[in-house]
Amino acid sequence: MADHEAAGERNSSAQEVGEFLRRRREQIAQRWADETLFRTVFTMSRDEAVEACRAVVEALAAVAVADQVDNLGAAGFIAVRDQLGRMVASRTRTGAGSTQIADEVAALRTPVAELLRSELEGSPSGRTEECSVTLTALMGTLRLVVLETALNAGQELIDRQRLQLLEVATPVIKLWDGVVAVPLIGTLDSARSQVVMESLLDAVVSQQARFAILDITGVPTVDSLVAQHLMKTVAAARLMGAECIVSGIRPAIAQTIVHLGIDLGSVITRASLADALAYALHEQGSVVVDRNRTGTSAR
Amino acid sequence: MTETSGSVTACLPIHSDMDLAWVRQHVRQTAAQLGFGLVEQTKLVTAASELARNTLVHGGGGQVESTALTSGISRGLRLTFRDEGPGITDIQRALSDGYTSGGGLGLGLGGARRLVHEFSIDSRPDEGTAVTVICWVGGAPHPRQEGR
Ligand SMILES: Nc1ncnc2c1ncn2[C@@H]1O[C@H](COP(=O)(O)OP(=O)(O)OP(=O)(O)O)[C@@H](O)[C@H]1O
Ligand SMILES: [Mg+2]
Repeated sequence: MADHEAAGERNSSAQEVGEFLRRRREQIAQRWADETLFRTVFTMSRDEAVEACRAVVEALAAVAVADQVDNLGAAGFIAVRDQLGRMVASRTRTGAGSTQIADEVAALRTPVAELLRSELEGSPSGRTEECSVTLTALMGTLRLVVLETALNAGQELIDRQRLQLLEVATPVIKLWDGVVAVPLIGTLDSARSQVVMESLLDAVVSQQARFAILDITGVPTVDSLVAQHLMKTVAAARLMGAECIVSGIRPAIAQTIVHLGIDLGSVITRASLADALAYALHEQGSVVVDRNRTGTSAR
Repeated sequence: MTETSGSVTACLPIHSDMDLAWVRQHVRQTAAQLGFGLVEQTKLVTAASELARNTLVHGGGGQVESTALTSGISRGLRLTFRDEGPGITDIQRALSDGYTSGGGLGLGLGGARRLVHEFSIDSRPDEGTAVTVICWVGGAPHPRQEGR
């Protein structure tokens, strides 16, 4: 560049590598498209793979020209971060671990290094050495950027799964006309119990339920906070005109509740979900006939 | 009197709801390994859940140390919950059922005491609180030593 020449400086090796990448973008993209990383992500069309490769080469060139080869946060990477994220996600879905993905990124260096060496043939050997060190550093940084994307993607996955769990673990089931039930599973922390309460109250309204059963067979620990959540839910359901029944209190939990001093006296409890349903049906006057027992069966 | 010896099995942080889940999990597993029955396990885990939540909510976070104990042929588990929070000024009042400085049921501390064999509180205003509980497999080997 003019400035550099005026200053009497020759281009830094980073700039030289950057310009080389731009000049040879097409060739590099063609070679990369056949490497595992791109080939396995863009299985449908090679053109798409080449397109994606071009974008990454372009980003690397921008980073090098800006003399930022060691900078993970270089502006040049921003343009390809989304794309790299999607590629990582796609590799992860097919079962590749982050080490494997990192190795696949590392494998991209060889074809570029070969091109660079042949291009620099005839330059002073010190210069060739310098440029190839710079290229190695740049490719190392790309590998870190990809790893970082993989880690972030992992965290996002965990967050998403946690949210899904909140919702998935609290299905409200219609057991009978006027009777709904929630089988509670796992830890009933404040966030979960809020979700439970809301979905139960929603169901009470939409199903016009007179009875709501909270089954705690799958709740391992009932301490004072869990008990408080249960009692609040019972009270709220009552306000909506539904009677709550808590079922699935195992013997060990029953004893523990008594020692804790929790008074469930105002709550209807039943040992099992079946008992709770029987109670609700009896209360609302539904009659279930067992044909075998009444003797009306043909057999 | 029989000598009681112990070895620390773990020291777990208590700084989030997630940590509370780990504490419960750890106590359940350790108690099962030591040979506690299902009812005793449930009681100990519930007491641990109450005390760990107090450490988090009232003490501003801290840690729990668990120690496997041997006394003669008896085996037991000791848990010590420590925080550097505001401390408890009136321990008797804090232990009484229904007393809460927040929106709780006020049953945690007194309830935890009823769920274990030995229970003690060491707390100084502005310095912090340490609550220690012990459960023995198959019941207490010695008569209760705490004052009621
Ligand atoms: N580690 C602690 N540090 C400071 N104060 C505490 C600590 N543990 C308990 N307390 C005090 O003792 C009171 C009673 O505790 P307790 O666990 O019995 O009830 P709670 O936590 O308020 O409600 P919950 O029934 O939900 O446990 C608390 O409200 C608090 O003021
Ligand atoms: Mg408490």
